[in-house]
Amino acid sequence: MTNKVLILVGTKKGAFVLESDAARKSWELRGPYCETWPMNHVIADPATGTILAGGGSEWFGPAVWKSDDLGTTWTHSSAGLAYPEGETPIKAVWSLAKSGASLYAGVDPAGLFRSDDGGETWNHLAGLQNHPSRPHWNPGGAGLILHSLLPHPEDDKRLWVGISAAGVFHTADGGETWETRNRGTRADFMPEDQRYPEFGQCVHCLVMAPGMPDRLYQQNHCGMYRSDDGGRQWTSIEAGLPSSFGFPAAAHPRDPSTLYLLPLNGDSAGRYVPDGKAAVWRTRDGGETWEDLRDGLPQGNTYFGVLRQAMATDRLEPAGVYFGTSTGSLYASADEGDSWTCVAQHLPTVLSVETMVVEA
Amino acid sequence: MAEDPASRPVVVKLPAALVRLFPEATRQVEIPASVATVGDAIDALDRRWPGMRDRICDTTPCIRRHMNVFVRGERSDLETRLEPGDEMVVLTAISGG
Repeated sequence: MTNKVLILVGTKKGAFVLESDAARKSWELRGPYCETWPMNHVIADPATGTILAGGGSEWFGPAVWKSDDLGTTWTHSSAGLAYPEGETPIKAVWSLAKSGASLYAGVDPAGLFRSDDGGETWNHLAGLQNHPSRPHWNPGGAGLILHSLLPHPEDDKRLWVGISAAGVFHTADGGETWETRNRGTRADFMPEDQRYPEFGQCVHCLVMAPGMPDRLYQQNHCGMYRSDDGGRQWTSIEAGLPSSFGFPAAAHPRDPSTLYLLPLNGDSAGRYVPDGKAAVWRTRDGGETWEDLRDGLPQGNTYFGVLRQAMATDRLEPAGVYFGTSTGSLYASADEGDSWTCVAQHLPTVLSVETMVVEA
Repeated sequence: MAEDPASRPVVVKLPAALVRLFPEATRQVEIPASVATVGDAIDALDRRWPGMRDRICDTTPCIRRHMNVFVRGERSDLETRLEPGDEMVVLTAISGG
């Protein structure tokens, strides 16, 4: 029986938690946590109920924060979360993912770390940095960030990462060796005859379809894509969307063909919702067709964006869908996106949204 | 008997935002006079409150860009020499938005 639903929100000034019951009609906000450090990604470990928050402070550097009591008290650590002396130091943690007993962290400048003790100490998986493409990686607008981490749910040696703006990489040996997985994705910012490179694409968000680990969706700076073979080949699914540009994508908790996006008006047009009207776009058929969901969302004079990790679903039936805006609002749907309610306003810029369902 | 000036400890003053990250830490701490440099003093802080070095220094290794350490009124680096009785002041610099 569901006892609580938590929305975990990373913001430019700390982590916040919103709490509701299974009805998800009213929400109580708690925070800010983590000493108001910028928190790029706040996740839950559903096996233990632990909340983990990755970020970095301009003063104090990168760290992963941890709470074992749903946010009441926190500790932090960055032990081992470091490149060798002389290399560019890590600025911030950008992404977190749990895989079995391991915890992964993606950082800026792009690299991957693993903890086998719940985030107390970290080890660098240097194989990604040893990829021959590494000297040619270029940062995107937010930096050279490893922002998407997708562990295979059944094979703990397999993992996909998304790096802006180096593209998608996959390992089948636990991070020792990697291969690029970008075929079919465009790089419109390159000269015309170089727009489908092996790497260097600006992937914005990478998500995995539930129950189909080789079906991946990707919101890219230059288009929206689906792959059914683990990223070896990507197919454009942007027809029917108002824009090929956006940041977040959120998979449905059970249906591998349902996906949520929040397209923005374009990379050089302000990067807010098209025509100043907010809409979440949903496909029920793997991207063949799209429908706009607007009920309860502002339909005029709206100039927010939604960042790459700031949209999520929960695992209830019907699924909840959530997104946080660059202007500090948080919207929630308890009916798979059909209708929306603003559940928080005036927060700092929202950087990430995740959920946790707590059983009684 | 007069105090031996050579044994006077280095007094380290820490900013509130840093102390809040370490539940046992205090705003002012005395470090034995045997520490030779600012880097040594930060190592001593780290032994007392594990993890504190990473909050003050990056892995270059340098004092973090938005942290400052002053000794005898001068902005210092990790190699700055400390004398017995020195005051070492750690400050958070102007940063953020």
